[in-house]
Amino acid sequence: MLQLENVHVYYGAIHALKGISFHVEEGEIVTLIGSNGAGKSTALKTISGLLRPREGTMTYVGRDLTAMSAPGIVRLKLSHVPEGRRIFANMTVQENLDLGAYQRRDAQGVKKDAAYVFELFPRLRERRTQVAGTLSGGEQQMLAIGRAIMSQPRLLLLDEPSMGLAPILVQQIFDIIRTIRREGTTILLVEQNARMALSVADRAYVLETGRIVLEGGAEELMSSPEVRKAYLGG
Amino acid sequence: MANLSVEFVLQQLLNGISIGSIYALIALGYTMVYGIIQLINFAHGDVMMIGAYVGWYCTAVLHMPFLPALLTAMLACSLLGVVIERVAYKPLRRSTRLAALITAIGVSFFLEYGMMFLVSPQTRTFPPVFPQTIYHVGPLNIKYGDIVIITVTLALMALLTLVVKYTRIGKAMRAVSFDKDAAALMGIDVNNVISATFAIGSALAAAAGVLIGVYYNTIGPLMGIMPGLKAFVAAVLGGIGIIPGAMLGGLALGLTEVLVSAAGFSTWRDAGAFLILIVVLIVKPTGLLGANTREKV
Repeated sequence: MLQLENVHVYYGAIHALKGISFHVEEGEIVTLIGSNGAGKSTALKTISGLLRPREGTMTYVGRDLTAMSAPGIVRLKLSHVPEGRRIFANMTVQENLDLGAYQRRDAQGVKKDAAYVFELFPRLRERRTQVAGTLSGGEQQMLAIGRAIMSQPRLLLLDEPSMGLAPILVQQIFDIIRTIRREGTTILLVEQNARMALSVADRAYVLETGRIVLEGGAEELMSSPEVRKAYLGG
Repeated sequence: MANLSVEFVLQQLLNGISIGSIYALIALGYTMVYGIIQLINFAHGDVMMIGAYVGWYCTAVLHMPFLPALLTAMLACSLLGVVIERVAYKPLRRSTRLAALITAIGVSFFLEYGMMFLVSPQTRTFPPVFPQTIYHVGPLNIKYGDIVIITVTLALMALLTLVVKYTRIGKAMRAVSFDKDAAALMGIDVNNVISATFAIGSALAAAAGVLIGVYYNTIGPLMGIMPGLKAFVAAVLGGIGIIPGAMLGGLALGLTEVLVSAAGFSTWRDAGAFLILIVVLIVKPTGLLGANTREKV
């Protein structure tokens, strides 16, 4: 479904991704794990068109993403929930969801999907008319995911959905991720919380300073001594 | 010393609202553009001047009635605004803010002296578009022009508020102004939204230009400088980037000016306006309505 081949990305003079290659197949949950600054978020931003690769190719459902704009990529039903949620804090919950459906013209379908989001996240229904900046961290994460669902993604990129959340909320978010996959959306997940990420994923790639150093099935990596030592606390 | 009767004060308030609503119309363009790309578009007052000339051409040469002339000027200036953004500001979007600011001053001079070249530096007289009727309401003398200015301004502000709050493009504008990358991830074409913002802001400036033309009768290539500067003050006064702030700031500035004049210090009128700006910025640096800082969690 998604294929990256030898992708290089620079921030000015800084070489952030040094030729990474990986793929995500339809129906999978794939996770990129690695420490801070390994290039995980950079990889997602490059896929969704916020950054441009200097070298390499990216294809998604048979289309070349390398020169495509972010809105063009959303049109292909690929949606990115960015790190730090990036909700529109000065707008209401409902307006945030409306913006998620920005490219859609099927009012009926949008309504149906909003109902689905409220079913997934009943808290959001209660706070529909509330300004999003007043939501708690967990609710904001729910809103960020709900907003992305409004664009009907076939592939959903999730960047650190557990960041800054209490353990019980982390559990809840990961349950939702499983549900979303069950409903037919493929997921590429970036996480610092490697244990949670590996528990939900089918396959995983380990990034270190812009390179993929390890890959394999999630269970296999969970029991690998290197991963245990570096990312799971021994 | 002025005669401080109730009638006199009311009359001055009416004048203040008239001029203030014109400032507000121009200030809206400043504040919208700033809200979306953090640029003080110093050419904005000159777009207003071009709008006045288009309005003059429509009424004086083409003998169009007021409303079609107003709409033509607004349309022409919205195109001009889009072209200015694409040609002058867009290539600089990733450079320093200072570079863009200097470019804006350059565009301002280009429009002023380009117009001098094209239409001569002489001022022109607007034909009498409105009847010279004066309505006597109680003690007040209300000019037909006052009514038109206030009606047109209120209508445009109401329309803008509805557009920004309820329409797709309005929501997109608010999203882009809050977080460009997040907006792009929603599938919003950020460049188109920026163009739309320039189009709307410039159309409002054109409306102000035509109103100034019909109200004061004379227009010239440098007529945009002072109202442009004052509208900028109004936008900062209300809180730059905040749409209701521009409306409030414009009215506050217009009223202050008129009251300073009415108190017998008419030569101090502009100084009074800028003094108020300084005081407000010392007391409340974010402007009258600029209370909310962004929530970053």
